[in-house]
Amino acid sequence: MRVLACGDAALLVELDGLEPVLALYAALRDVPPEGVTDLVPAARTLLVRIDRSVTDLGTMRRALGELPPGAGRQAEGELVQVQVVYDGPDLQEVARLTGRTAAEVVAAHTRLEWTVAFAGFAPGFGYLVPNGPWPEVARRTDPRTRVPAGSVGLAGPYSGVYPQESPGGWQLIGRTEARLWDLGADPPALLRPGVRVRFLEGG
Amino acid sequence: MKGLEVLATGPLTTVQDLGRPGWAALGVGRSGAADRDSLRLVNRLLGNPEATAALEATLGGLVLRAVGDLVVAVTGAVGPVTVGGRDAPLNTVLHLDDGAELEVGTPVAGLRSYVGVRGGLDVAPVLGSRSTDVLSGLGPPRPAVADVLPVGLAPAHFPVVDAAPVVPPSNGDLMLRVALGPRDDWFTEDAINALLGTAYAVSPDSNRVGMRLTGASLSRRRADELPSEGVVSGALQVPPSGQPVLFLADHPVTGGYPVVAVVLEDDIDRAAQARPGTEVRFGIPGVPRRERGRP
Repeated sequence: MRVLACGDAALLVELDGLEPVLALYAALRDVPPEGVTDLVPAARTLLVRIDRSVTDLGTMRRALGELPPGAGRQAEGELVQVQVVYDGPDLQEVARLTGRTAAEVVAAHTRLEWTVAFAGFAPGFGYLVPNGPWPEVARRTDPRTRVPAGSVGLAGPYSGVYPQESPGGWQLIGRTEARLWDLGADPPALLRPGVRVRFLEGG
Repeated sequence: MKGLEVLATGPLTTVQDLGRPGWAALGVGRSGAADRDSLRLVNRLLGNPEATAALEATLGGLVLRAVGDLVVAVTGAVGPVTVGGRDAPLNTVLHLDDGAELEVGTPVAGLRSYVGVRGGLDVAPVLGSRSTDVLSGLGPPRPAVADVLPVGLAPAHFPVVDAAPVVPPSNGDLMLRVALGPRDDWFTEDAINALLGTAYAVSPDSNRVGMRLTGASLSRRRADELPSEGVVSGALQVPPSGQPVLFLADHPVTGGYPVVAVVLEDDIDRAAQARPGTEVRFGIPGVPRRERGRP
């Protein structure tokens, strides 16, 4: 664990990979040290933002150093199932790029269990990583100006679902009716860091 | 019910409070007033809690009409303010009779004006905040001509000050304090020297998400791709062009380009008042600047 200062109101904690990021995130989310205002997990880092009227970076560094080893590691995220119709406009292109048939792409996407690594790009947009081998898929060279809500996409090592209509450059392989983002729900996002996801084929 | 009727909005007027911290892990940024101190001040003048929602007007052009008798104040950018056509001071409690018009003109110094009202703007909150995030679209819609923004109940206590001495924004060169990192080791020594020794100009292509800066290009010592990571307001992110972007209130929660340095939190409000063309210099507190003259 390497702790880098990020100005005077945040620390960026570098870790070895996604698993320790999610473990540290879960530990700090469940028992936040006083003065933490926001946690932002990412692929290899966790950003910890503080309220300087309550604490300071030195105190927060010490609090991070005093966490018990493996804090939060056992926590297994909630499992959600997402029904997908695999008729996306880029499914054939993904099959071509990965040297598989479209059916094989769908079979692999539904066979693997995915975990929300982190959120970004838009409220409720989760970057999902698989629990087994999965090919990297290049983004579209020509991003779409309008991607419908519920579109299931692939980019790099990730899969994701567009929570709301937006522009986007991910390769679209299907669509879901699941509500990814609902301001009336608590929490408003279905796919939160640490949540495990199974994609099911069907309408 | 009391309200503020919108007669003109200028280039961009939004409702802002102190934002919605605590949701970043879901991809939701903090947003809130770009110049947080000016929002706090307008509320203190009015006896409101500091985080009460007010209007943030960019480059003025805002005209409002009182629905019911109201108590208001204007802080932030320096510029003409009139009540019923008569000049009115900034940073002071102003009384608007029912039907009276308040006009916030184009500022002569600074960029963003804050118009607060005693009782606050009572538009519907989203995830605990009445701030409009122009990047994600979360929050109340942008006020439009003919909207009547509801005003909440006045707090029980009265303002303790009726005018506040403030250091107004200036159009002169801006010196911002930074801390290097978290990715300063991705940049060449020349880049760090340029960042700390030359001036950057605020580009007109700037908004609440970020302020684009033009000046000496910041070259990297490594070419690999940085995995996306969490970023903060004040971060100086450097895209492949080498021209840094200073993130402001509506910045994305994560970024994929390295952050060379971060402006200290107490200096971000001044950055948010910098107009296009302003020359900005960056320095580390306690370290003499490596001045290299103007580029």
